[in-house]
Amino acid sequence: MSDHSKSWKVGKVSLPPRVALEISWKNIQVRFGRAMITAAGTCLGIAFLVSVWANIAIVLGSGEQIDPDVEMRNTWLVIMSLLVAAVGISNSMFMAVTERYREIGTMKCLGAVDRFVVELFLIESGMLGGVGAIIGGIAGFLVMLLVSLVKRKAGDFFGMDWSYMGAHFVYAILIGMFISVVAAAFPAARAAKLPPAAALRSDV
Amino acid sequence: MAAEAARESHFEDYVVRTRKLTRIYQMGDTVLRALDGVDLDIKRGEYISIMGPSGSGKSTLFNMVGGLDKPTEGTVFINETDMAQLDAAELAWIRCRTVGYIFQTFNLIPVMTALENITLPMVFAGMSTDEQLQRGRALLERVGLGDRLHHRPSELSGGQQQRVAIARALANDPDIILADEPTANLDLRTGKEIIELLREMNEERGVTVISATHDLHMIDISDRIVWVRDGAIEKIEDRASIELTVGQVDWEEESGQAEESE
Repeated sequence: MSDHSKSWKVGKVSLPPRVALEISWKNIQVRFGRAMITAAGTCLGIAFLVSVWANIAIVLGSGEQIDPDVEMRNTWLVIMSLLVAAVGISNSMFMAVTERYREIGTMKCLGAVDRFVVELFLIESGMLGGVGAIIGGIAGFLVMLLVSLVKRKAGDFFGMDWSYMGAHFVYAILIGMFISVVAAAFPAARAAKLPPAAALRSDV
Repeated sequence: MAAEAARESHFEDYVVRTRKLTRIYQMGDTVLRALDGVDLDIKRGEYISIMGPSGSGKSTLFNMVGGLDKPTEGTVFINETDMAQLDAAELAWIRCRTVGYIFQTFNLIPVMTALENITLPMVFAGMSTDEQLQRGRALLERVGLGDRLHHRPSELSGGQQQRVAIARALANDPDIILADEPTANLDLRTGKEIIELLREMNEERGVTVISATHDLHMIDISDRIVWVRDGAIEKIEDRASIELTVGQVDWEEESGQAEESE
């Protein structure tokens, strides 16, 4: 035991990406209700975005002109809906931070540095954003299918500009993940700054 | 560093040393000296109980020794390393490898199983997956939970959760275990079992146990008891002197005093 202190030196802690993904995934699974509320924000925003883009794809496919006023209005609506989604995600992540106050403190006592905490929150939010965006994208697309079946000839929908639609579906999902990660950045940074002594307070 | 180590080699048996440790909290106009110049030396392998009423500075002392809070003045040495000289990443390393924490409220990560809770500090320490599982299983078996590897904290009783917490504290073979009121949320019998388990770990593994407590059962098994009052060390008793006073009036007063403060 006595030579122990002589060989003693301070190193660096690590969190492999695979484990970070596992922990974030577990958080989503176990707190499924909360996770779905967070994802719902992205889901709705992206559903609207995809429905607007699907409409454009239909118009492009049918060879009609796009009304610039309508396009302008739609752009504004999309931006607003994505902002609302971002605020919703932020709010939800702030609550997650408060809920996990002691848990974060404990992790720091076990050797987590600030960066690990930020990583875990951002990965979690990115995953939720991705899932929410995929579900929202499909939903927006299906809604547009129904609307176009009612309001137009069936051929218009299936004759849409599919390459435009495909590319924009992918953009929509990337945008969903991006918004989700950006919206979680501030709550995550706050979580990371919690002192490890927070773990000791029993009243939270 | 080498020269420093050589110069202070006669201190190598001390795992924790504090010098003039002072922590001042400023709350508006009032200045609270939570700790006021505490000098405390703790030998490697000791079992120390820190006793004192709430607000005595016990928790503050605990936080300082565990690297959870920084002193206003004075120094904490862990393994002869001045904690004030370390940056955030190095402090994280110490929390990960050198100190194991046990909390009053158990503080297991709720989304993880017992085994995952124990392997988390090993992940941070960079241990291989095989080694993590092997060590994790062995530790859980040692604390008597070999059949509860994949249970979540919500599926375990308080005593079982605290056993998992003890196994987690030992994950990276720390030099020190810091236990903050480890029995306060447990019934009398379970609390006693937990204390005995801590003592066994201390004897088996040579890990230094520092426990803040109100629990008088701790006195029976502690090597030394540090009584803290008003931010200062009131007295330090070692086992020999405790055994001497057991059964005498002195002892009765002592226990009466401590119970009052709960």
